Amino acid sequence: MLKQIEGSQAMAEAISRCRPEVICAYPITPQTHIVEGLGERVKTGELQNCEFINVESEFAAMSVAIGACAAGARTYTATASQGLLFMAEAVYNAAGLGLPIVMTIGNRAIGAPINIWNDHSDSMSMRDAGWIQLYAETNQEALDLHIQAFRLAEELSCPVMVCVDGFILTHAYDRVDVPAQDRVDAYLPPFRPRQILDPAQPVSIGAMVGPEAFMEVRYLAHHKQLRALRLIPRLSEEFRRHFGRGSGGLLRTYRTEDAETIVVALGSVNGTIQEVVDEMRTAGSRIGSVSICAFRPFPLAALRQALEQAKRVVVIEKSLAVGLGGHLSDGVRKSLSGIVLNGYTVIAGLGGRAITRQSLRQLFKDAEADELDQVTFLDLNADLVAHELEREAQARESGPTAEAILRRIGTVASQIN
Amino acid sequence: MEMQPIKFYQTATFTVGNRLLGEDERSVQANMRRTNSLNSGHRACQGCGEALGARYAIDAAMRACDSRLAAVNATGCLEVFSTPYPETSWQIPWIHSLFGNAAAVAAGMAAAMRVKGRADVRVIAQGGDGGTTDIGFGCLSGMFERNDDVLYICYDNEAYMNTGVQRSSATPPAARTATTAAVGSAPGNVFGTGKNVPLIAMAHGIPYVATASVANLRDLEAKVTKAMGIRGARYIHIHVPCPLGWGSAPADTIKVARLAVESGLFPLFEAEHGEVTGSTRIRRKLPVEEYLSLQKRFAHLFGKPRDTARIEMIQAIADRNVERFGLLG
Amino acid sequence: MFQIRIHGRGGQGVVSAAEMLSVAAFLEGRFAQAFPSFGSERMGAPVMAFCRIDDKEIRLREPVLDPDALIVQDPTLLHQVDLFKGLRRTGYILINSTRGFDELGMQEFVRGFRPSHLCAIAATELALKHVGRAVPNVPLLAGFAAITREVKLDSVIAAIREKFPPAVADRNVAAATEAYATSQRKTESSHAQAD
Repeated sequence: MLKQIEGSQAMAEAISRCRPEVICAYPITPQTHIVEGLGERVKTGELQNCEFINVESEFAAMSVAIGACAAGARTYTATASQGLLFMAEAVYNAAGLGLPIVMTIGNRAIGAPINIWNDHSDSMSMRDAGWIQLYAETNQEALDLHIQAFRLAEELSCPVMVCVDGFILTHAYDRVDVPAQDRVDAYLPPFRPRQILDPAQPVSIGAMVGPEAFMEVRYLAHHKQLRALRLIPRLSEEFRRHFGRGSGGLLRTYRTEDAETIVVALGSVNGTIQEVVDEMRTAGSRIGSVSICAFRPFPLAALRQALEQAKRVVVIEKSLAVGLGGHLSDGVRKSLSGIVLNGYTVIAGLGGRAITRQSLRQLFKDAEADELDQVTFLDLNADLVAHELEREAQARESGPTAEAILRRIGTVASQIN
Repeated sequence: MEMQPIKFYQTATFTVGNRLLGEDERSVQANMRRTNSLNSGHRACQGCGEALGARYAIDAAMRACDSRLAAVNATGCLEVFSTPYPETSWQIPWIHSLFGNAAAVAAGMAAAMRVKGRADVRVIAQGGDGGTTDIGFGCLSGMFERNDDVLYICYDNEAYMNTGVQRSSATPPAARTATTAAVGSAPGNVFGTGKNVPLIAMAHGIPYVATASVANLRDLEAKVTKAMGIRGARYIHIHVPCPLGWGSAPADTIKVARLAVESGLFPLFEAEHGEVTGSTRIRRKLPVEEYLSLQKRFAHLFGKPRDTARIEMIQAIADRNVERFGLLG
Repeated sequence: MFQIRIHGRGGQGVVSAAEMLSVAAFLEGRFAQAFPSFGSERMGAPVMAFCRIDDKEIRLREPVLDPDALIVQDPTLLHQVDLFKGLRRTGYILINSTRGFDELGMQEFVRGFRPSHLCAIAATELALKHVGRAVPNVPLLAGFAAITREVKLDSVIAAIREKFPPAVADRNVAAATEAYATSQRKTESSHAQAD
């Protein structure tokens, strides 16, 4: 059924249709609307057979999820940014224990400086925790991916993170198609756990594993992610057959067939990129883009196939590997092992800085002319930076950096972008 | 007529398998068909108070709920010595997640049991003092506040034993630990620090709070049994001597525990919804010195010269407990 | 694609306005996207919300930098925020004010705009009159429908009914209806003046 609703509510609808049994939630911008929506549905009875638990921290949220999932309940939670870090220990624990928890990340920057707006630093911080990480390009995909996530998680016994750009998607009203309950039921069968805490068949879960077996246990986790590379496209194809639309999968290419320049990115920025690609194609450029949906496992082979004929690749990153460049670039480079082409890392959109068509257009033109640095910070205010560096060079007790910069910028509220 | 002295031992409740008691008053351990939830073969130290306490507590819980029980364990001695890969001593469904989240994991388990129509399966969370009073405190308070249907059992050996005897917020004043060395002008743990988790549990107004000791195992079992008959958040805090960490003889574990109780340093009491409902009288009050002198962690108090001031401060703590909980009737 | 940027202060329903506008477009079978630009969320701080309407799926995810229409819910922002940045000369400006563009000191700026694309309506007063709350968003949406014809009044009304409980919705519909009629009259007269 078509609806015009907030992205968060679209996700709440999808999650409800998945018949979750335990939902635990701790508030943090920008995911809160999702769990608020779910909490209300439980209270009104719209979502039945579901326990909604208000926990006292994100660490508690993931811990409650671990307990619930281990006891055989289909379990869901959501967080972002600082919250994800606060539950970091439990995030690793859930993956290590093989518990198929599904969690939404409302992608948000990590402080300091504290920032509530969108970038990918939070989910990037947990990229190697052993969770599957899927990125939504649109609110429709955000909705769809949750349905696929439960299926994927339970088939593999591996937790899945659905990453959705905070504010840009979570707080945007979009037209979405919310699937009917019976359709979802046909796609997503009841949860059959691989392991369960049941007095009828007692097991001990969570033993200490020493040097004698740790390598093997970890290899099996690695192997699980490699299996996911095959399962993800299969479930996406099955989704298409059930619901009549493409969604998810490892990655999607856009006008890359004869492209010389290919732009690679995660999440919602792909929409804007595709607009610019269309403009530049009309003007005669041979440019295309790749939207990566599955970041973990990283689709090395599929990406290689998409990129290998290009002359250059521009990777747009909404996260920073401080001192180094980007995270997505690492994977892109690896996928192109042995192939020589120009690769450019562009750090953009950190902390919610808008990524505009205008900036991208100029960026892609510079890339086409191979006039880009290896690592570029898009739309960086060089004057501001230069001034701050000089200020710090002049006095040892230069005070906090962020505050000094803000003083120079002036009132933020009076600016459009 | 010549009189010959005969030693007559009144064993009564001190005896595990006392046939003078009715079936349901006897210790669970007296039963041939006891569940043995924490089976033999675990790697606890000789004289470990925690292993003793856990065995009694969990078997009592199993009897009370007809063996429909699942447990979550915090990281710590109990978890480590009971599950040396690839073996486990547990004969019940059991999960170990992290150090600080046992209460939260248990809350999740209880919710799952409820939603799956298995509310008959009860949930116990277990942790040492470190995992309960310090790193697990936030999750513990959250579980209490929500009144989740979980019995949390804290095995208090008064320090982070598994990692090498470091100080926790349950470590008593003056005790030597690896991070409160018995040197300098204020040797051992600092006075005026620490937290009383049973009282904090009571402040949450939860249905049942109790303290127990391995010195009185029948009392421990009775309290666990009582707790299992209640729904909602419950907390039992068990005093368990650690021969290694306390520097006491392994054979003295129960004796040391009894001295803690009878000096007043570890009061035994019960509370419901924030009010104390009863306490165990002390048969004959003993000076704290009798308790302290059996443990090397307090040896520095008995050097030359004796640290009379500190011993007296510890005595004052015991005296305050006696008065506060009416331990002498 | 038609792009709208709405300016106001926290508590004036700026974000709701964008959302309702997107629902109105949706109800006409079109694609619409509405999203806020969040600063701090306290009452009174300047806020912006954006809406895009199109007949095909909207992929663009940048803020609205080159709006076709501007809705200004709070005229005190006029000299505080660069409200008109990016607004096309062919665009529409709707301002919540009892005063006209001249009285607001905007003559220089609106020179070159089509008079029928400019409208000042006393939205707050209309809201107070019909709804009893000084939230001008609904009358302004109706005014937008009147001067741009980008959405129909009926769609705006349907969006209002979706959002509010019946009694409150009725009052808002009354405010919207009057605002629509007033705006229509104003633009017709400016059409007439232009001729």
